[in-house]
Amino acid sequence: MGKLRTLTRRTFLVGSSAVAGGVAFGVYRAKAPFENPNLAELPEGAASFNPWVIIDAEKITLIAPHADKGQGVFSAQAALIAEELDIELDQVEISFGTPDKAYMNGALTAAMVPFPQYDYGKVAEGARRFVGGVVRAALPIMGTGGSSAMPDSYDKLREAGAVARETLKAAASQQAGVPIEDLRTENGAVWLPDGTALTYTSLAATAAQIEPVTNVALRDPSQWRILGKPMERVDIVAKSTGTLPYGIDYKTEGMLFATVKVNPRQGGALISFDATAALAMDGITDVFEITGGIAVVANNTWTAIHAANAVTCEWRKATYPPEQDAHWAALSASFTDDRLNAEARNVGDVDAALGAEVIAEYRSPYVAHAPLEPLNATILVSDDRVDVWTGHQLQMFAVDMVAEITGMDGDNVHLHNQFIGGSFGHRLEFDYLKQAAEIAVKMRGTPVKMTYSREEDFAHDFPRHITMGRGIGKHENGKVTALDVQIAGQSVMTSQMSRMGFSLPGPDTQLHEGAWDYPNLNLPNIRVRSYKETGLAPVSSWRSVGAAPNGFIYDTLLDETIHAAGADPLMERIRLMGHEVSVKVLETVGEMCGWNGHDLGTGRGRGVAYVFSFGVPVATVVEVTQTDRGIRLDEVWVAADVGQVIDPVNLENLAQGGTLFGLGHAMNCEITYSDGMAQQSNYHDHEAMRLYQAPKVNFTALENNPKIKGFGEPPVPPAAPALGNAIFAATGQRIRELPFNKHIDFV
Amino acid sequence: MQASFTVNGTVRSVDVPEDMPLLWILRDKIGLMGTKYGCGIAQCGACTVHLDGIAVRSCQVRAYELDGAEITTIEGLGTPDTPHPVQEAWIETQVAQCGYCQSGQIMQAVSMLSDNPSPSDDEIDDVMSGNLCRCGTYPRIREAVRLAIQKQGA
Repeated sequence: MGKLRTLTRRTFLVGSSAVAGGVAFGVYRAKAPFENPNLAELPEGAASFNPWVIIDAEKITLIAPHADKGQGVFSAQAALIAEELDIELDQVEISFGTPDKAYMNGALTAAMVPFPQYDYGKVAEGARRFVGGVVRAALPIMGTGGSSAMPDSYDKLREAGAVARETLKAAASQQAGVPIEDLRTENGAVWLPDGTALTYTSLAATAAQIEPVTNVALRDPSQWRILGKPMERVDIVAKSTGTLPYGIDYKTEGMLFATVKVNPRQGGALISFDATAALAMDGITDVFEITGGIAVVANNTWTAIHAANAVTCEWRKATYPPEQDAHWAALSASFTDDRLNAEARNVGDVDAALGAEVIAEYRSPYVAHAPLEPLNATILVSDDRVDVWTGHQLQMFAVDMVAEITGMDGDNVHLHNQFIGGSFGHRLEFDYLKQAAEIAVKMRGTPVKMTYSREEDFAHDFPRHITMGRGIGKHENGKVTALDVQIAGQSVMTSQMSRMGFSLPGPDTQLHEGAWDYPNLNLPNIRVRSYKETGLAPVSSWRSVGAAPNGFIYDTLLDETIHAAGADPLMERIRLMGHEVSVKVLETVGEMCGWNGHDLGTGRGRGVAYVFSFGVPVATVVEVTQTDRGIRLDEVWVAADVGQVIDPVNLENLAQGGTLFGLGHAMNCEITYSDGMAQQSNYHDHEAMRLYQAPKVNFTALENNPKIKGFGEPPVPPAAPALGNAIFAATGQRIRELPFNKHIDFV
Repeated sequence: MQASFTVNGTVRSVDVPEDMPLLWILRDKIGLMGTKYGCGIAQCGACTVHLDGIAVRSCQVRAYELDGAEITTIEGLGTPDTPHPVQEAWIETQVAQCGYCQSGQIMQAVSMLSDNPSPSDDEIDDVMSGNLCRCGTYPRIREAVRLAIQKQGA
């Protein structure tokens, strides 16, 4: 790799002989300043047309660099390539590839410009291109998050497939002496007019030697074979037979097992520890200090966890307030000019607007990520290289972190990205990886798998940021006339970026995302201001980030004002909207559920909510019944516009799952601190949704959005306000604090 | 202690601490990785296996309880080429997102259907609610169980 990286771009482009039998082709070469990482170790006779396609005499490999934590992007990336390459997914191998800036995410910057994502105007799009270019040059980030994988991959991977296809046709033309116009591709082969099939693998050696085809056109969606139609995810059989290896399942010869116990008062140091009892246990290899705590190495994971529990530690205090009440008090005192994060939106004059007032205060708590696969990493530090087996969403940063701790050059740190058993944002964090690296340095020469206990996962999570909202809604003559929304929150971006060594340049947009860009274009008076707190518990991106708390605050205030005005919750939202794509989403959800008002008679009611996040408008209707034992969730309807559906099956699964994720946490989940420690330790006291509580979720996808959007996060934010609005419709009780079960029981 | 028991039809004898949970014996001693660790306190069901034909949380079964036991794990149920009918239903319904809980879900569903081949919707909810799915695939789990009922009845 070292030699290749020292080649200049020019040398690389013309010097095919310099890269050991492979050449780079096509639009990738024309557009990308980055080297194709596959060329470094490409054997003679193999071709890699771009960073995403490698073909040799034996097999075809597609690189799917986005991390898959359950959202199905492994499959979807391969499908984008396969569509244009004219190959079936059971004919290829798919790999997560090697972390490299060639795989930079070009869609992460969409949210970095001060234009709402429903604005596709010239100025907004120009700003996005400019910022995209700056980031690409300054800090190309390979990463998966922010529902960006599909926007990032959609054109790029189809082009990768098309370039490979056309180049293979050129190779076949040369090999068979048949004009390219007379050739067609199907099922992993180039077909000659006489019916002879030349498989792609048989063409690899020739393709590696010829001048690439650079001018390719992408097929119109009406011609698609795979995309847009129900697919079978490539991982579905393995995940249904227990044969898919996750990071936690990695095993190798001579491996030892470890766990850690770090200061549960986040960020606090270790003063001293006593491992006498732990070291006396059978199967213990070692107990030693790491940053902020201790590590235990043993001959199995259970013994390591068991022993860690037997180590007594003396901890320093946390740097944030030890008791939960003080966190709320701090937020309550944050609505001041000197804490102003941004006046994100100010239209009309909310102060002068006429109308009766609704005044309300809302609370959204800390919430744990708690993905079902506990955080883990296996690391082997050898003399000349480090190997890391883990699943991470920020692969290049992960390499850098391990390089720093092991003292190894980044080129010699090899991250083998693994399937992830859920993340919800937790696999954007690095502590577990750094701890595993510290252990591996100490155990040099021995591969060590470090696994968090569930209790450690809860104690050491960086939860969803805590948020408080204050709002004034005004209404007159049965119509909403003004909304004044103020949001104060612990700054999630400041906290998260500090752990990556960055300071946040400018305001934290996540403190108003989902509120400032709620496209109520027909509302004459609207102001959204956010206030930043940084002294509370360390927090991190939690599925949909700011849009979940902010959507709850904004949409609930809107609902309260609509009810006070005596208007219909759905019809008034439609009237205020003005954004056509979103109007259709609201109308669709109304048609789906046969909306006929929020009141369904005694003890039954419907709530509607809408949130725009990650470029996707989503409307959700929840129907509930008040029973003797509490609220029962009867049925849910969700409509969303993702611009272009890639796999309707997976999209529906994400809509159902994201909605239930949003509902479950709104019902019964919060992390609270006492003595500086999270009081919740496992799923019994942070349960979210179980099957008996899960309502039927109906879903309709629309495709009016001008661009393709991702859908991992957008179903989450409207779920909580829709449920709260439904509870109000059924009971008359307005709950302004999450989780709802602090105020009402659920069946 | 030396614990001898059968796993997926093969007799195993392992030298382990007497209170070591079956979950970790399977994963770290025998190397069967399909059974998952999620919580360690019987709250998530990801570690569900069959002990003498009955679904149990393997994080709660200790080595000293294993002598002579017959254990079936997800690997013993079916394979990618020859899946169990319940696994077929899971595949056709495309239940999994992250998939980490699904070994346990499937083992629980198979056990339920062997006790009661045609459970009602409420019975499905009762039996399957001990298995947590963080991704929220519950609607598809219900659908897959109903499909499995059809398949096994057919």
